Amino acid sequence: MVEKVRVRATLNGEPVDFLVAPYVSLLDTLREELGLTGTKEGCNDGNCGACTVNLDGRIVDSCCVLGAEIDGSTVETIEGMAEPGRLHPLQQSFLEEAALQCGICTPGFLVSAKALLDKEPNPSEERIRFWLAGNLCRCTGYDKIVKAVQKVANSA
Amino acid sequence: MHPFEYVRATSIDEAVATLAKHGERARPFAGGTDALVMARAGRWELDALVDVKHIPETNVLDLGSGEFRLGAAVPCYRVYEDAKVSAAFPGLVDSATIIGGIQIQSRAGLGGNLCNASPSGDGICSLIVHNTTCVIAGPNGTREVASEDFCTGPGQSVIGDGEFLVEMKMPTPQKGFGAAYQRFTPRNEMDIAVAGVASSVQLDGDTIMSARVALSAVGPTPILSSAGDSLAGKEATAENISVAAQIASGNASPISDMRGTAEQRTHLVGVLARRTLERAVERARENN
Amino acid sequence: MTTETTKGKYNVIGTRPIRHDGYDKVTGRAIYGADIKLPGLLQGAVLRSPHAHARIKSIDTGPAKAVPGVYAVITGADFPGAHDTLVDLGEGAVNFRYASNNIMAGDKVLYKGHPVAAVAAVDKNTALEAAALIKVDYEVLKSVTDLMEALKPGAPIVLEDLEGQDLGEKIDGPTNQANHIRHDFGDIEKGFAEADLVIEREFTTAMVHQGYIEPHNATATWDEEGRITIWTSTQGSFPTRRQVAGILQLPDSVVKVIPLEIGGGFGGKIPSYLEAVAAILSRETGRPVKLLMERSAVFEATGPTPGSWMSAKVGVKNDGTITAAYADIRFEAGAYPGSPVGAAMMCVFSCYDIPNTRIDGYDVVVNRPKTAAYRAPGTTQAAFAVETVVDEIIEKLGMDPIEFRLKNAAKEGTRRADGPIHPLIGNIETLEAAKASPHWNTSLKKNGPDGKLRGRGIASGYWFNIGLKSAVTIAVNEDGTVALTEGSTDIGGSRASIAMMAAEVLGIPVEDVRPHVADTEGIGYTDVTGGSRTTYATGYASHDAAQDVVSQLRERAARLWDVDLDEIEFANGNYQSKSDPELRLSHKELSSKLGSTGGPVVGSASVDPEGAGGAFSTQIADVEIDPETGKTDVIRYTIVQDVGTAIHPAYVEGQMQGAVVQGIGWGLNEEYFMNDDVMVNSSFLDYRMPTTYDLPQIETIIVEVPNPGHPFGVRGVGEVPIVPPVATIANAIHDALGIRLRESPMNPGRILTALDDKG
Repeated sequence: MVEKVRVRATLNGEPVDFLVAPYVSLLDTLREELGLTGTKEGCNDGNCGACTVNLDGRIVDSCCVLGAEIDGSTVETIEGMAEPGRLHPLQQSFLEEAALQCGICTPGFLVSAKALLDKEPNPSEERIRFWLAGNLCRCTGYDKIVKAVQKVANSA
Repeated sequence: MHPFEYVRATSIDEAVATLAKHGERARPFAGGTDALVMARAGRWELDALVDVKHIPETNVLDLGSGEFRLGAAVPCYRVYEDAKVSAAFPGLVDSATIIGGIQIQSRAGLGGNLCNASPSGDGICSLIVHNTTCVIAGPNGTREVASEDFCTGPGQSVIGDGEFLVEMKMPTPQKGFGAAYQRFTPRNEMDIAVAGVASSVQLDGDTIMSARVALSAVGPTPILSSAGDSLAGKEATAENISVAAQIASGNASPISDMRGTAEQRTHLVGVLARRTLERAVERARENN
Repeated sequence: MTTETTKGKYNVIGTRPIRHDGYDKVTGRAIYGADIKLPGLLQGAVLRSPHAHARIKSIDTGPAKAVPGVYAVITGADFPGAHDTLVDLGEGAVNFRYASNNIMAGDKVLYKGHPVAAVAAVDKNTALEAAALIKVDYEVLKSVTDLMEALKPGAPIVLEDLEGQDLGEKIDGPTNQANHIRHDFGDIEKGFAEADLVIEREFTTAMVHQGYIEPHNATATWDEEGRITIWTSTQGSFPTRRQVAGILQLPDSVVKVIPLEIGGGFGGKIPSYLEAVAAILSRETGRPVKLLMERSAVFEATGPTPGSWMSAKVGVKNDGTITAAYADIRFEAGAYPGSPVGAAMMCVFSCYDIPNTRIDGYDVVVNRPKTAAYRAPGTTQAAFAVETVVDEIIEKLGMDPIEFRLKNAAKEGTRRADGPIHPLIGNIETLEAAKASPHWNTSLKKNGPDGKLRGRGIASGYWFNIGLKSAVTIAVNEDGTVALTEGSTDIGGSRASIAMMAAEVLGIPVEDVRPHVADTEGIGYTDVTGGSRTTYATGYASHDAAQDVVSQLRERAARLWDVDLDEIEFANGNYQSKSDPELRLSHKELSSKLGSTGGPVVGSASVDPEGAGGAFSTQIADVEIDPETGKTDVIRYTIVQDVGTAIHPAYVEGQMQGAVVQGIGWGLNEEYFMNDDVMVNSSFLDYRMPTTYDLPQIETIIVEVPNPGHPFGVRGVGEVPIVPPVATIANAIHDALGIRLRESPMNPGRILTALDDKG
């Protein structure tokens, strides 16, 4: 029997201290152990980006990270994106531009797009499309997602 | 998935000791983008995964005047976001920017790409054409292996029980050196090479002093083609490059599978060899 | 851009409000099927067949049951054995016996991924580990996955008890041909005899998957009273209830389905896979059980759309008049009968007015997963065949592609080849809008950078749309807002469009309508979210329920003012006296007086409307091809579509763009790649759906020819946009390279081969 390991990390700005089985992914850690189900499972093998979270300032597929690995790290998920009572401009833009249909890929896209704009406030359409290629959406054809990101970029 | 321990090693000795203890039931990992998928798919049955990315030596990114040291756990983004490294190694950047998407590049590195030993690994051929030497730590100390000798079969490498890749060393490009990697994929990103070619040239004026051409996804391991040697001493002309590309094509021994047919892959190697040699020559001329 | 005929006609319809459920979906709060948490919840895993076709000799569940943390292991023997009952689910029918065997195999497995056992355990990994310990003794049988092979005498028989049909006659002996049907109209021989030019070509398309990002999931409890509660992601909570009840041989009313948010479906989440399995695991354990499908199983064991073999033949006069057309359409049904070949036959020639037609359709069982609906089921395949032949005819005649289509266009009164007469449709208006589009009027430079070659293609498509049953209730709050309850699960923003129609009727802002998708005990029977019916039929019910509210509020006003009901009129959002201008209250003002005029007002409606009205789309693609690698990039794309009335234009555009991109993936790369009769590319990596970096912007032109069969003129919009893309791309590739590809996907390897053959 493999014992659980203790993990201390910063999650959406708050300290967390929990036990998790060492073979459990960060995705399942967030969803099952920490109750944050905003991060979604689409493929569980790093090919759809639905489980994208920000780990120490970089976006990662949380299905390809172990929960145990984040000891000492800073993790941001979709649940930490809005200020209390106020959406992040990207969240607002996704709503206004109808950049979601079913919405299952939306948390991943938002976390990815935020990381891009934090790094490069004014990316080209080509750059946005390249950056977001690790996030699959099957509903929108991406058009409105790209426009929603451009809208925030242009207003920056 | 067989339940495994997670061991965060902070020194080479600690990693080697843990790996040695478990033998084939332990694996080193850094980015996890291959290792966790393999474990979950049941292709590896492990008692321990040893995290080697907290070891100082695996994180080195040191561009010296004669030698570039690239730690085995350095993720792709550190290669292309480092201004000096990316300026000196555009051929490596070609690879580092197409391994997975941005999420994968945050974690996966050229070292892990090499250790995964996939015939289609996008980083391996670039390492080969940069004359990379691999530094491997194990129970008997460290040893060095040429990158073209590292992979021994699909998913198989020279890494033995208790061993792991610590870093890679390659000559810092001198005046007249250029390299490039291109792959063919049906999608523009997030895809696996149907075929890929890395090329490098060392020019003296218009003369190719030496060249290396390596092929991916057209054999059980990445292949160091004889096309490079065929160019030594020749002028960097379109005709000579075209002849070399045909040699590269002849060195391919692909299979037909869901990603492409053998015939298509052999053809693509010729196209990509020509294109990457042209690009390498272009970069070599810019680097004068 | 929009060719709007309804602009200015409405207050709410045609605007672009933020959807009501949007806030929860951009913050991660929205609860999708896999997100549900219940006390004592167990996790399940399903063991699946590695073989394409095998007899199950025995199953030893002992080793799995012995694993600590395992609560139950079940197999097909734990199912009651459903009877042969055929039930229509709205977009395809289901036979309960086959449905039961499909979600848990009986004595045979019929495709790789076919479930053979399931485990409930304390956590997911324990369940998976235990499932792997189940020992199944298989006798591997010869398999057949190619439909033309399956039709040959001596082919391996997929279903020994299948009673095949051929043109209404029962086929003697075992067969894989589930059915062969035919539509005849006019005199086909005479029609072709009159033609100056006849082109006949054969086509194949590969099986493809809807590719929704959310895997199937189900959580169930089976309580002491014998009642089953299911939380799931589904395109229809009532059809799911019916399937679960049918498979478990229970009355519908014993099962309650609570629909959670759904992460895409496109037809693939109409069939039920995990729900009854979770229910039986719950029965065995006395605990709630959750099942979450792995991505590989989503590909291998849910319902893709069929691969096909087709032949299309079209005859024309030299002036471009079509005199006759023939199609032979053969679809892979998968392991059980029921491909959408019937829908394909309804649509294949329906863009055109053709006096003489014959259409043959075959439904063929093979050792592949049972197919399901995928967005205009069967019609993308059919359009690939007919629109490619039409393009070749246009080329030979030297005609303009849009003029040819206009000349032969189906219009109001044209008889469809399968019988029905087109009502008022927007086929011609769509073609005219394409003709006037910026894209069509911008010339394409045929030579791209680096030796790449460019071409432009155009194609049209038709989808009939459906109505079916929907129920809506609207409860008026005293503050003037209303709570709208519907039964259509919201897969892409339909709550907003349904709410907008109620707001339009009530004369209130859409923000004052709070739409809610109820479970099967909270609203009347409502059919699937599919067939492009939700905004049409549930919107129809929303309109009618709002009218019911208006009628009740008029009564309240009459009571309040003590005047005759006839005296009260409702205009511009106000209830007012016809004779006394002083007596006037807005919806909001009147709502505040409900308590003193008789209590709450609840409007309701249930509908089953017949006038869905067909939809047309014409699409234009520019491609750029690298002749050295065979790679095709779509560099510009325009979709023109008649939507009747665009309720929420942004989500209408979204349907158009999303369908086009699915069609681009279908045409260029997606396929079930089979090796030894099993799918080998069952991952998002190797299935190769388009990413955002593979695509240009998708330009949309909305045409509005209001549907007379709907109070606001709505036509379904979700399906017809996926009909033309594969043909559009094929025609663009021909324009670029001079080669006609008649096999889909038109991937780089096929293009290289075709270029080689051309020399």
